[in-house]
Amino acid sequence: MNKTKDNLITYGIVIVAYIILQTLAVTGILSSHMKGLLVPMTYYAVIAVALNLCVGILGELSIGHCGFMCIGAFTSAFFSKLTEASIPAAPRFILAFIIGIAFAALFGFLIGIPVLRLKGDYLAIVTLAFGEIIKNVINAFYIGVDKNGVHFSLKNAMELNMEPDGQLIVNGAMGITGTPHNSSFTVGIIVLLLSLFVVLNLINSRDGRAIMAVRDNYIAAEATGINVTGYKMMAFVISAAIAGAAGVLFSHNITTLTASSQYFGFNASIMILVYVVLGGIGNIRGSVIAACVLYLLPELLRGLNTYRMLIYSIVLIVMMIYTWSPKVLEWRKRTLGKINLPWKKANI
Amino acid sequence: MKKFNELVSLAAATVMAVSMIAGCGAASDGGSSDTFKIGAIGPLTGGAAAYGNAVCNAAELAVEEINAAGGINGYKVEYKKEDDELNAEKSVNAYNTLKDWGMKILVGSTTSACSIAVSENTKADNMFQLTPSGSAEDCVKYDNAFRVCFSDPNQGIASAQYISDNNLATKVGIIYDSSDVYSSGIYQKFTEEAAGKNFEIVSAEAFTQDNNTDFSVQLQKAKDAGADLVFLPIYYKDASLILTQANTMGYAPIFFGVDGLDGILTVENFDTSLAEGVMLLTPFAADATDDLTVNFVKNYQEKYGEIPNQFAADAYDAVYIIKQAIEAKNVTPDMSTSDICEALKSAMTEIEASGLTSAKMTWEANGEPNKEPKAVVIKNGAYVSAQ
Repeated sequence: MNKTKDNLITYGIVIVAYIILQTLAVTGILSSHMKGLLVPMTYYAVIAVALNLCVGILGELSIGHCGFMCIGAFTSAFFSKLTEASIPAAPRFILAFIIGIAFAALFGFLIGIPVLRLKGDYLAIVTLAFGEIIKNVINAFYIGVDKNGVHFSLKNAMELNMEPDGQLIVNGAMGITGTPHNSSFTVGIIVLLLSLFVVLNLINSRDGRAIMAVRDNYIAAEATGINVTGYKMMAFVISAAIAGAAGVLFSHNITTLTASSQYFGFNASIMILVYVVLGGIGNIRGSVIAACVLYLLPELLRGLNTYRMLIYSIVLIVMMIYTWSPKVLEWRKRTLGKINLPWKKANI
Repeated sequence: MKKFNELVSLAAATVMAVSMIAGCGAASDGGSSDTFKIGAIGPLTGGAAAYGNAVCNAAELAVEEINAAGGINGYKVEYKKEDDELNAEKSVNAYNTLKDWGMKILVGSTTSACSIAVSENTKADNMFQLTPSGSAEDCVKYDNAFRVCFSDPNQGIASAQYISDNNLATKVGIIYDSSDVYSSGIYQKFTEEAAGKNFEIVSAEAFTQDNNTDFSVQLQKAKDAGADLVFLPIYYKDASLILTQANTMGYAPIFFGVDGLDGILTVENFDTSLAEGVMLLTPFAADATDDLTVNFVKNYQEKYGEIPNQFAADAYDAVYIIKQAIEAKNVTPDMSTSDICEALKSAMTEIEASGLTSAKMTWEANGEPNKEPKAVVIKNGAYVSAQ
């Protein structure tokens, strides 16, 4: 009962935020700067939810989740570019989602096979390497299409030997340019709601309890007959798939997609991990809110020029102390505990 | 415990809501109609900050000069710069911020990928965009976008032609950065153009930004293949390491670069004597002796304390080109963004500009500039014209 209510609050926050922002955007009150930030906010929230499933619920540290985002982004952008002329926008975008999600899940599965059998921090090491490898591999891809079919090279665009009318789709470090601009705030919110729905329902299901049992006590879970590797795999693949969906939104939002460090590298993955940690590990709603706030913050501080970097890091530290320091938790208990909000009574 | 978590999330949600509404207040319709509002975008922080700062500073300098001299057609110019951290997503955010400020004309973005991403938005808003240094082909694929610098393909083609026309070499080795759009773009076109020329490409070795400290393998391959000229379509920081390492291994071919090599003499702890004889195609040399360059370098150095590079020169030219185009069509600041764009678009194909980067620049409707590349060679620690 309580959990259902809790989940409804989460959906409610997202829907209310959507209605408010969409109304503001349609009536023209929202500045173009804010309007431009809405879509990125949704996909960072989506990938934060995905990573929280992996880190918070499964209890395995992944520091290469942007690698899955990268896979989703590139496969879907490739598909959209290829079929831009032949399929109308709506079904093409849906198919792009299916393809991006499927490929990200596939890679999650492939990585999971060897790694999830092991105990310890191996997943962190392997996903870290995966994120870096996938970026460099995609940087070396040259793929073009002409009337003879698909041409592929790892060396350079000239090796493709395409007909003059051929279209170069993936151009090495230049990546994919000219992906159709299909992502919108509405689509982003739908994807966010769907991923919340999947993750929250998974957590409250029999499978979810098994996954959390594996997290809390590996040996006890194994002893009660839970298929440890199977459940780990399930959570990890779902997490990778949702990260892939974030990638699809990403690649259809900006028209230049390059596999460079600032989008898919180690630092980008760590940034997502920061969203998850500061939003509360295992707290899905917290991830959504933290991702939105922390993505917005440096943008809203633009007026302060270079000082915004300084303030951003100070805010991170303050948030960390506020959420996790035992002394502060105690202080919060003493002061905030006195305020009895009517809707809080149910929890006491 | 649970309760407090909820309180925190509630507080965070409130913060989010408040911050959003705070963000809304900034919207403006660009109402003031007595000034031209020009915005610039570039990476002002992070690894590529040198380029973004050069562009934004030089544009600022040009705007100040124009205002001091009475503005454009009597109207003052307002200027604002925004940071994009070399990130296409942030570049679009920066563009939207400038739009809220009331920008009517954009000088930017500084780098190729960002410029392409922003051009998608300027096209939708029909805003005139002049990128000083976005050199990838796609930067000007829309009719509202023009550029000041050479495109990557042009640089590759011009380099191949120059090497061939001047019989500089018979065997050419290439070292390029495969993770960089600029570098691999020039490399591709150079290789295409080299087919049928009087030299042969004997080695083409790549590196990426993740392994740009040791070039001995690439140099050894070029040496073993007998390359008597090594083409370096890369930025100067990596090139300075290549020159140092080539010297250590006793390999002394002609090194030939493009405009990214400009700045190599300013690298800290780099023995500039190693750069003797290095040739590069560049539109701008800071120690040229014409009045325009001398004044620009002097003023820039006084204001920002460093010698301007070609990015700065491109941006400085960009502002003056916009001034010239505005004057040609008698554009006034009270016109809408779209009307200004249409007027400037047609002006661009008609004007003939003269600036730091070329004495004579004209534009095609496709946004590409026509100007002559200058080849310079480094002699006694300074650029000297090669011809």
